Parts: sequence; C-alpha cells; structure tokens
Amino acid sequence: MDYYESDSPPAGVAEGESLTLEVAIANLHSQDYSLRYYAAWWVGRFRVKEPAVIAALIDALQAESEQTKIGDYSLLRNAARALGKLGDKQALPALTHCLECADYYVREAAAQALEMLGDRDSIPPLMQLLDGGVAAAVRVPGKSHLVQPYDSVIEALGTLKAVEAIPLIAPFLEHSVARVQYAAARAMYQLTGEVVYGERLVTALNGDNLQLRRSALMDLGAIGYLPGAQAISETLAENSMKLIALKGILEHHLEQQASLSLSDEAIRVMNLMDSLL
Amino acid sequence: MTNQLIRAVEQADSSEGLLNAVKALAAASSKEAIPTLITVLGYNNPGAAVSAVDGLIQLGEPAVQPLLEQLDGYNYGARAWAVRALAGIGDPRGLDILLDAAVNDFALSVRRAAAKGLGTICWELMPAEQIAEAQSSASKTLLQASQDPEWVVRYAAVGGLQALAGAAVQPDWLSEVLTRLDEIVSSDETSSVRARARLAQQKLLLG
Repeated sequence: MDYYESDSPPAGVAEGESLTLEVAIANLHSQDYSLRYYAAWWVGRFRVKEPAVIAALIDALQAESEQTKIGDYSLLRNAARALGKLGDKQALPALTHCLECADYYVREAAAQALEMLGDRDSIPPLMQLLDGGVAAAVRVPGKSHLVQPYDSVIEALGTLKAVEAIPLIAPFLEHSVARVQYAAARAMYQLTGEVVYGERLVTALNGDNLQLRRSALMDLGAIGYLPGAQAISETLAENSMKLIALKGILEHHLEQQASLSLSDEAIRVMNLMDSLL
Repeated sequence: MTNQLIRAVEQADSSEGLLNAVKALAAASSKEAIPTLITVLGYNNPGAAVSAVDGLIQLGEPAVQPLLEQLDGYNYGARAWAVRALAGIGDPRGLDILLDAAVNDFALSVRRAAAKGLGTICWELMPAEQIAEAQSSASKTLLQASQDPEWVVRYAAVGGLQALAGAAVQPDWLSEVLTRLDEIVSSDETSSVRARARLAQQKLLLG
C-alpha cells in the first residue's frame, strides 16, 4: 500500500540502521566492504552532494577489488545509482565506462544514472548497447535478464531526447518482453510526441499482470501523458502509484503553462488525484 | 444470497477470482458482508481492497463500529484501507482516529487518507455544541499535516483544509488557513501541491 520506493535500503541491512553524515563519508573509505556498500547507498538516498562523496563514489566505480574478482559488484551498483541521484557531471566518464562492465546490474544502474545526469554525450555509448537490435536482445541462459538492460537504456535515450536513436528503438516495440515494449513506447512518445505510443501504454493499463500495470503507470507519469490521466485513475493498482503517475502528468502540464491560472486540464487531473487520496 | 457471496470471497483461489467475488459482495450492500469486507482489507490485493473499501463506504454507518474495533489488529496495508474507509464514511466517531493518523502514523498512505478524511467529516452527525471545537482540532491537525515531509500528505492536507473551511461553523481559524494556503502557493517545493493550494484558494474565494 505504501509508495513504491526504489530507495529502500539494500538487502541485508538492518532496518532503521542510520548513519550520520560524517560516518557515512568516512565509511566510503572503510576497509569493510559492507560498510562501503551501505554508505554508497546512504549518500545517494540522502543526496549528499559533497565533493568528497562524489570523488569517493567515482573511485569505487573504477577500483578493481577482491570483491569484483569474485563477481560481487554490489558496491559498484550502489555507487552508480548514487551518482545518478547526486547529479554531478564529473561522474560522466566513470559511468560511461560502467556501460561496459561485466555485471548486468552495474550496466543497468549506469544507464539509469546517465539518464538522470541528462548529458547528451551519453547518447552514443548508450546506443551501442542496442547493437544487434531485437535479434540480439535475448535472455542470458540461466539468468532472469536479457543480455543488456534494454529497458533502462531505451528509457535513458528517450529522456535524453536522442532522436538519432529512433530507428534503433522502434523495433523494440515488438520485443517479446512487455517491459521492453513499454520502454520503447515511452521513449518513442518522448522522441516523436505521437499519441499512438502514449496510447500503447494506456492499453497496457488493462493488462492482467499487476507488475506490468504498475510499470505502464509509471511510464505514463514519466512522460506526462495527459490523455492517459483518466485511465490511470481507473486502473487496478495501488492509489499511491496512481497518485505519483498523475503527479507526473500534472507537473509536466504545469511546466508548459505560461500563466499562473489553472487550466481546466490541470483542475481535472487534480480532481482525479483528490478521488484517490 | 449474501452467504453465497461471502463463501465466494473465502474460496477464491486466484487474484482475479477474489477481485470479482469482492466486487459482487460489495455490490450486494448487505450488513452481513461487513466482517468479510473488513477481512479483505488485510489481503495483499489492491484491487480487492479498493472494492472492499468502496463497499464499506457505501454501507456507511453500520461499518464504523466494526472498523474501529479491529483497527489495532491490522497490518499497515490493512490499516491504510481501514482509515480510508473511515475517512470515506465521514462518521464523527472516526474523528479521533483520523486526527491521530494524519500526523502520527508511520505509513504515509495512512496520513494521506486521514488528512483527506478530516476535511469531509459529516459534521451534522455530531452534537451541535461539539462541532466548533472538533473543527478547530481538525484545522490544527491539517495545518500540521500541510508541513509533512511527503508531498502527497501535504497535497491531501490542502484538500482537507479547503473542505473544512467550506464547512466551518465558527470561522475563528479561517484566516490562519488562508494564510497557510498563501504560503504553500508561494513556497511549497512541489508544484502539484502549489497548484492544489491555488485551486483551494479559488474555490474558497469564489465559493
């Protein structure tokens, strides 16, 4: 019932464990891997934009360690996620390099972080991850994921307004994984403004799978698709998520309004939100 | 008839089956359905819970006492739905629950539902001599909730303040509410909350 919280503490951390700012910064340099791992999450969660923090996180992305040799990339994943939230463009080279990391989840975190940093120089390296197109976008044997984090990469390209990527992204509308299709529809809407892509996500709100309905909800909120507001309010999912999606739509709309007075559309979205509180 | 519908809820073996059974039971608008609808609030099935809440709100007054009696035993998810049901029913017996939940509950979805509900209490069901004081408490709580760290609680509090101000019997706290709405319009960090406060101002000044 509560908010979908992608910021929840990493697994294995006792609930309620809290750090002070000084301890968190010190722990980024700890010998203890699990303390570094938790500190990396913590500074992202609490948006600690100190130069020392940025530098330590970038170091964490670049350092070869005993842990990565045995295949444990959890610190790198947290560091990449945190760098996205902290919004410092100094992290761009290190994050771009992470797109080639052996670990899928580091690549995914890096793509999401590059999306948040919003720098168009990230577009070519992100596009490279779509090499081979849909034919290459298959599941890794024995894993639950595809060879690349296609959904995150495509979403990032949409947010970065990478119109040059349209021919690469469009075929993913027909990918066999629904989540990837939605990412493609979301990006195509952002890149072309064509209603047909927004409507694909609206249709997805009627799907049988709650997880996928949530996913479509969040996509519609992220792209601010105003014609989807009513359908969002009616889909079967938690009100918390619908409210976040409608907030995304409302704020996208408010940004486009020159005047301070409220448009009829804004009032309509707020009425829908009121009914979900 | 209701017994059959109750059995269908108890025996549902899929998420969709449960949803349909709860919808049917809620639509029956029968008092016998109340315990079952309340039980459904504790299942991790948002669709079914929404239907159960709708059913309980529609049943109204007879659902209030059973909801209040079981509130402490609920998990957070169920509590949120129960507060939502109480908020939707608007019975003054739920007032103390809402006053507490709007500012103290751990779960933001509970604070959100309670803040909305504080604006929509059916004041006419309360002994007339108690209304002014109860509304004053509600306004204090909502002013506090309008500073919640979570945007959605502030958003709900603004709507609550608007509704409460519209129903005020003794307007000694109104100027405080209008001042607070001004503050929110000019300085809340979330544009949705600022917009909701502008809407509240429009409704109050034009209404």
